[in-house]
Amino acid sequence: MLDDLTDAERKALAQCRHAVLGAEHPLRLDCGVDLGPYRVAYQTYGTLNAARSNAVLICHPLTCDQFVAERHPVTGKEGWWDSLVGPGKVLDPARYYIICVNVLGHCMGTTGPLARDPATGEPWNLRFPVVTIGDMVRAQAALLDHLGIPDLFCVIGGSMGGMQVLEWAASYPKRVFSAVPIACAAHHSAQNIAFHEVGRQAIMADPEWKGGDYRLHQTVPARGLAVARMTAHITYLSEQALQRKFGRALQNRNVLGFSFDADFQVESYLRHQGSTFVDRFDANSYLYITRAMDYFDLAGAHGGVLANAFKGTPTRFCLMSFTSDWLFPTRESREVVHALNAAAANVSFVEVESDKGHDAFLLDEPEMFRTLSGFLKGAAAVRGLEAVL
Amino acid sequence: MIAPIRVDLQLIADMVEPGTRALDVGCGDGSLLAYLVNFKRVDARGMELSQAGVNACVANGLSVIQGDADAALRDYPDDAFDYVILSQTLQATREPREVLRQMLRVGKRAIVSFPNFAHWQVRLRMVFGGRMPETPSLPYKWYDTPNIHLCSIDDFRALCRDMGVRVERAIVLNSKSHRIQMPPLLANLIGEQAVFMLRRD
Repeated sequence: MLDDLTDAERKALAQCRHAVLGAEHPLRLDCGVDLGPYRVAYQTYGTLNAARSNAVLICHPLTCDQFVAERHPVTGKEGWWDSLVGPGKVLDPARYYIICVNVLGHCMGTTGPLARDPATGEPWNLRFPVVTIGDMVRAQAALLDHLGIPDLFCVIGGSMGGMQVLEWAASYPKRVFSAVPIACAAHHSAQNIAFHEVGRQAIMADPEWKGGDYRLHQTVPARGLAVARMTAHITYLSEQALQRKFGRALQNRNVLGFSFDADFQVESYLRHQGSTFVDRFDANSYLYITRAMDYFDLAGAHGGVLANAFKGTPTRFCLMSFTSDWLFPTRESREVVHALNAAAANVSFVEVESDKGHDAFLLDEPEMFRTLSGFLKGAAAVRGLEAVL
Repeated sequence: MIAPIRVDLQLIADMVEPGTRALDVGCGDGSLLAYLVNFKRVDARGMELSQAGVNACVANGLSVIQGDADAALRDYPDDAFDYVILSQTLQATREPREVLRQMLRVGKRAIVSFPNFAHWQVRLRMVFGGRMPETPSLPYKWYDTPNIHLCSIDDFRALCRDMGVRVERAIVLNSKSHRIQMPPLLANLIGEQAVFMLRRD
């Protein structure tokens, strides 16, 4: 439909499924705009059982996508949650029908600023409506309707994925049997908004950005996007992890260079993170997705009382946080737990000891796997999933 | 299979009607929770102070959060549970009276077990030994004990009276964990621990 795909989108769509939705019933976005038709790119692993009771939705974080457990079509790297999803792993495709949807506004096949406005035929770029976490979740729900999946055994995700999990539980309590929000919060903090703003300003300050119309001018705001990524990447790591990994070690030299080259290994590392990011991510998408996270405020959407978001919820919750995560610290998960208690919800909460910072949820953390495995086992027993499979 | 549980926990489990909702405050390794879930189909949740305890419980499929009785009970709405259980923990809370009040606000019933500080062994050690008592149910030194609000069975009854709380059941166990049935004065001497089921009057 509707657009000239980027190379990355073409490769992504060749390796996953997609659906075009909203032609008849457009998606009413939080900003008031009706979006439709729109494309949703998604990937699945495993098989939906006859009772349609074993679907697990994985919500991806900001810079990951639907390629959860396979070689990435653009980067060639292994799946971002390979440690969790796969044969013999906690989320085994032999047991569950696992779905991951590229979020609205992203750049791996789902409609976002890269697409064309169906009304004008012109590329959206910065004229694409600002989307929210709620909009992303409603698009996912529309896809499930399209696929004939009535409800989800589990919705799971970390960071921005965790925000989507909370939104799912609040908006569609009857469709969510169990929910696992990891390393996230019910709202984006001032500090987190501040970091995102630095990233966005870096992109917009790049002369190649051209007010968002860089594709028209055949330029790429690579430096701006790289700086945005570098800033964000620091927030994903802990001070201890950076110190342990790099310390003050020098890069390919024995003495200081007395210049502004990447003298230190940590500089070289960040520059690498920035430059490789440009190959797989779109600058305008970065603006939109970070904005969606900034706008997330679940309590605000429920009269200022977070517990109201979960009133009478039948969902079983398991929250996890990491001790060294300063982007989404444990106390923000605890706020959600307090609200869930106030709603007398069925909730478990585990703080995992780790010095790897926010990124820990993407890494090999045995305690996280043990917790998740136990929680899913308990939830599956209650849902009678054992008997079905 | 689930290993047999401690005698006082078994007594508590026997008091809980099948298919109800229960909150176990200070659930430890989750053995009572697991029993209630598996054998009585109870919608059982737990709260535990130690993060290691919480993680072990959740890894076993139990619904448990980290929290302490003094603070975390306040989060819950009125009548959220049929039973709120506090086993061998009341004496370690900062404000036992307030904890009891919260338990009976959050739960329709409260089940409380605690060591009896008027047990004859305790009395003997205090009166004749002249030292702070150390017994099998109170195995701590005075300087490192978590038990900051110990009471006797009669003290507990007095508190219930004072709070206008109805005692629905009271079971007293001797040092061999056998149930004893004696007049209160004697029970307060022979009983090493007690299990009470309470209800708002």
